[in-house]
Amino acid sequence: MAQTLMKGNEAIAEAAIRAGCRFFFGYPITPQTEIPEYMSARMPELGGCYLQAESEVAAINMVYGAAGSGVRVMTSSSSPGVSLKQEGISYIAGSELPCVIINVMRGGPGLGSIQASQGDYFQATKGGGHGDYRMIVLAPASVQEAIDLMGDAFDLADKYRNPAMLLADGIIGQMMEPVELPEMKEYVVDPEKKPWAATGWKPGDKKPRAVVNSLYITTEELTELNERLQARYAEIEKNEVRYEAYNLEGAELVVTAYGTIARICKSAIDELKQEGINVGLIRPITLWPFPKNAVRDAVMADGVKGCLTVELSAGQMVEDVRLAVNGAKPVEFLGHAGSLLPTAEEIKEKLKSMREE
Amino acid sequence: MAVVFEKTKMLTDAEFHYCPGCTHGVIHRLVAEVIDEMGLQEKAVGIAPVGCAVFAYNYFNCDMFEAAHGRAPAVATGIKRARTDACVFTYQGDGDLASIGTAEIVHAAHRGEKITTIFVNNAIYGMTGGQMAPTTLVGQKTTTSPYGRDEAWCGKPLRVSEMLATIEGSAYIERVALNNNANIIRAKKAIRKAFECQMSGKGFSMIEILSTCPTNWGLSPVEAMKWLEDNMIPYYPLGVFKDKTKEGE
Repeated sequence: MAQTLMKGNEAIAEAAIRAGCRFFFGYPITPQTEIPEYMSARMPELGGCYLQAESEVAAINMVYGAAGSGVRVMTSSSSPGVSLKQEGISYIAGSELPCVIINVMRGGPGLGSIQASQGDYFQATKGGGHGDYRMIVLAPASVQEAIDLMGDAFDLADKYRNPAMLLADGIIGQMMEPVELPEMKEYVVDPEKKPWAATGWKPGDKKPRAVVNSLYITTEELTELNERLQARYAEIEKNEVRYEAYNLEGAELVVTAYGTIARICKSAIDELKQEGINVGLIRPITLWPFPKNAVRDAVMADGVKGCLTVELSAGQMVEDVRLAVNGAKPVEFLGHAGSLLPTAEEIKEKLKSMREE
Repeated sequence: MAVVFEKTKMLTDAEFHYCPGCTHGVIHRLVAEVIDEMGLQEKAVGIAPVGCAVFAYNYFNCDMFEAAHGRAPAVATGIKRARTDACVFTYQGDGDLASIGTAEIVHAAHRGEKITTIFVNNAIYGMTGGQMAPTTLVGQKTTTSPYGRDEAWCGKPLRVSEMLATIEGSAYIERVALNNNANIIRAKKAIRKAFECQMSGKGFSMIEILSTCPTNWGLSPVEAMKWLEDNMIPYYPLGVFKDKTKEGE
């Protein structure tokens, strides 16, 4: 299939449509606005629904309503807007509904900047809203991978009745790369497959009427919900961990990084290889479930001195890396909060200094 | 034996949890009867609020959603856009709709969302135990206005029906009360009109129902009804504030 040159945000939108998503509720915010813009043009062509909500709060609640009706639905935003969605995400998780949320991250805290960032790792992976819930979090490192992960995000959300997030830094949203798009898929709501969905009910129907709800007023009922959710999260952790391993063979150090930053790390690793220094990379693709075993095994391998985590933040994923390594070897951090990109040169210097320690 | 009365099949057999003298029970029945009489049970999707009616999903015998506080009109929007033939209604109190959910209700009306909102105004937060609402009357004592609502400090109560009637997208807005049998019959007619407005695609419809809260007002049910007549109706006049249902006929 021929490749086309596409901007990340537009590619993400088209990939969602090709995964069968026909319902989009959103609100403009830089640097993801091309997603709603694209959807507003494309959805009417397909008989789908693009609706600009009055706020991100309303948008995520519209997603809740549509998701409870069984359709494939998504919203997109950027960091401050995603903060506003946290209430709704908690309700969606508690009501066991599938949907997809895009966060094209910008700098924070507060209004921050409109430059790229990875400052929302905690919010995405640790539960940004209230209560014990998890989101499946997918982190692309290229526009093509963002496209590929969109289909997975909808499938995983449906499979586990759980919200899935595509967590992209602003660079993924804004850059253009040559891509291949998947075939168009039509998604038809099947009440047999989604018996919990509100698709219409009358007395005498075989299935009970739908009650889309996260209120469980007794401790027994709420415990049951939470046990069901935790069992599901354990299944996801068992089945859905994804990562890329790069140049681990004979590595003296291991780098962990995700998204665009992992590509800068790869450049640093390739350049070091020219100098005869072997450094490996573990790039988590699922940030939750976190590839803790892969990270641990890579860092604990014979000959590996330690680990460097590189992020476009003050250091968030590094906490999960440290949990995986559990103090057995040094885990150092290199990163910047404030959207200043780490350079390959900077990463190389840091790795060289770790080698000499 | 001839059956002279049957409970509507749009209500489940679950026992209401409402306090004695509270009008939620009457409102539930009116809404349920209208949906049943219009033959809309299979298409009906209700959205329960956060507030006293939080368990409405246990009572209305159709597909139901529970929404976050104030967000019912946004949830209703998502449902209606996904299933354009559905009959979607929100059931909301005055804390839910007139305070935390003002953005959602205003914009549902603004978009002319083809949904019906049942707005139960009892001038107080009931479920949390009687706090001041935007609809609490000036001078009215609540647990968070123990000296009476002070106009200089908190402003005057919000008249939601009048406000929403100014919005182009709203098609039918009426305020009713349940203080006597004649008004209960009027309320049912209004609710029917609102659902007809939705199903004929005219736009957003809302029925505001002045309601009593004997428990949190600290009055007997009979005294509460009198208080509603003497205090609420003068400030919240009954009547039709918007009617576009005749247009295009």
